[in-house]
Amino acid sequence: MAGDRTTTQSGVLGWIDQRMPVVDFWNKHLAQYYAPKNFNIWYYFGSLALLLLVNQIVTGIWLAMYYKPSAAEAFASVELTIMRDVEWGWLLRYMHSTGASFFFIMVYLHMFRALLYGSYQKPRELVWVLGVLIFLAMMAEAFLGYVLPWGQMSFWGAQVIVSLFGAIPIIGEGLVQWIQGDYLPSDPTINRFFALHVVALPISLLGLVVLHLGALHEVGSNNPDGIDIKKKKDAAGVPLDGIAFHPYYTVKDLVGVGVFGMLFAFVIFFEPTFGDLFLEYDNFAPADPMVTPAHIKPVWYFTPYYAMLRAIPDKLMGVVVMGAAVMILFLIPWLDRSPVRSIRYRGPITKIALTLFTIAFVTLGYLGLQAGSELQKLVAQICTAIYFLFFFLMPVYTKIDSVKPVPDRVTMHD
Amino acid sequence: MIKRVLPWLFVLFAMPALAAGDGPVLLQSGANISDQASLQRGAQLYVNYCGSCHSLEYMRYSRLAKDLGLTEEQVMRDLNFTGGKFGETMKAAMPAGLGTEAIGSEDWFGKAPPDLSLIARARQNGPNYIYTYLLSFYPDPTRPIGWNNTVFPNASMPHVLWERQGIQNLRKVDEHTESGGHATGPAFDLLKPGTRSVDEYRQDARDITAFLQYVGEPAALDREKYGIWVILYLLLFTCVAYLLKHEYWKDVH
Repeated sequence: MAGDRTTTQSGVLGWIDQRMPVVDFWNKHLAQYYAPKNFNIWYYFGSLALLLLVNQIVTGIWLAMYYKPSAAEAFASVELTIMRDVEWGWLLRYMHSTGASFFFIMVYLHMFRALLYGSYQKPRELVWVLGVLIFLAMMAEAFLGYVLPWGQMSFWGAQVIVSLFGAIPIIGEGLVQWIQGDYLPSDPTINRFFALHVVALPISLLGLVVLHLGALHEVGSNNPDGIDIKKKKDAAGVPLDGIAFHPYYTVKDLVGVGVFGMLFAFVIFFEPTFGDLFLEYDNFAPADPMVTPAHIKPVWYFTPYYAMLRAIPDKLMGVVVMGAAVMILFLIPWLDRSPVRSIRYRGPITKIALTLFTIAFVTLGYLGLQAGSELQKLVAQICTAIYFLFFFLMPVYTKIDSVKPVPDRVTMHD
Repeated sequence: MIKRVLPWLFVLFAMPALAAGDGPVLLQSGANISDQASLQRGAQLYVNYCGSCHSLEYMRYSRLAKDLGLTEEQVMRDLNFTGGKFGETMKAAMPAGLGTEAIGSEDWFGKAPPDLSLIARARQNGPNYIYTYLLSFYPDPTRPIGWNNTVFPNASMPHVLWERQGIQNLRKVDEHTESGGHATGPAFDLLKPGTRSVDEYRQDARDITAFLQYVGEPAALDREKYGIWVILYLLLFTCVAYLLKHEYWKDVH
């Protein structure tokens, strides 16, 4: 019966709290969740990624009210109905398309932060693994969404990506037809991609985000010093270097939201195609299976992996390498043998390795956008090698590298 | 902190530079969609010279009236030659169909003329592409239609604006490479002047370009106008949020 639970609240909140522990939940995850006080700029991108997930869901709901998932109507439903006839439809579409690119920018920065400060190390391995799963789900979600406007790049992008499954021996060809529901991307393909894009993957993403945060709040947040703040607590059991997430980080994240919002709004209102990077010019032409675009390329956030695929001469090997490049991320917590977390207290080998890795990844992203000359292919092969060596050699260089003494308490900069 | 943010902002805004592509050398169109008179002239030229073959399937007459500051009567009298209703989109005057009873544009040119609703967005540097295309026709007896174009070689389209521009010859390739520049594009010599001077014809091309750029994205007229206010609001929001953060964080050392 209600009333078994005690509550300090009265009124409606008290009534609810007697039946469901909302106050405990609020305290556990916000008001009494103690985060290290030394978060720097790298710690904005997690909350901003969450904000963008909300943006994608809300704008996506309204876009789905006007979008028609059919090969005959999809393009016009976007370019005539949404972009012209629906009041503010253009804003919804640009918020969604720009939001997709910004989501990837935020998540790439968020992942890089984890590499910088060793946030995946014990006890946060599961937080990292769930994060990589979110990254995988995002990639699937972004690919499916890109097909929906049914422009030239939607069609040919779908053709290229789905055909990758054809590289699998024996079952490949049948698998491609099973995915597309046809011999080439067509009406049934859009219909099922729409279902996956608006139902299956958003649900998976939301579930994974809840688990990601749940796992994080169980072990607590890492920080730029990589120090375990739970080792030094006051008499009340509050970490000495911890501050309540709410209100300290909620107000701090609001500043991040403001600055981010200005950049986001600038792109939406002044440069929505972002120089053909966020919306490619080829996708303003309706899908035509008879006309192949001169230069088929994925959107910028996939280009590092696309460059790897093209760098490998054999199609099956290329697909394997591309898949391995993402899958290897799962293993980072067990590849890193360093006794310290943060880059601040690590030695020169690790710093050089991370720098080379970053340069290689950005270079691959650039090369994936290019037509692909022989020289570019060679550079892509070198960068692919650096990308994998960063992981393969990690158990060695993180172990032999020198470390600096880690202080007992966090350090404040800024 | 700002020192650490700046390089990232730089990276973010330098990214479009990576997407630079190749293709024909394009001239700067100078088209301005905020210039309503230019849009009106462009619309007039478009329906008179282009609209008989090229539809604008995503452009409604009613929207045209609203955005170009014209009345329904003006649009229906001056810009609508197809008998389409005010709320309908702009169809081509000549049917495209091949093998129908009426002879369509596909029979004339061997290829259905494409819809141009999104032409300004579907090409890299679309407005410059359109502008340069309209300036780059020259007579070529080897082509079935008698015309060729340096921006879109072997296009099936004749130079419908030749009376206005006149006829210009393509200078031979070796001549203009010898004369110095490479990235300057092909050079033309005016053989026979048209009804418009060189500058007037360039303005014609600029007006049509502006019109097609507008048709490609009518929302562009609104979005920059609203964008200023959204960003100003967010600036204010950021200032308030910063002061709030500063106040709360006073006791954190």
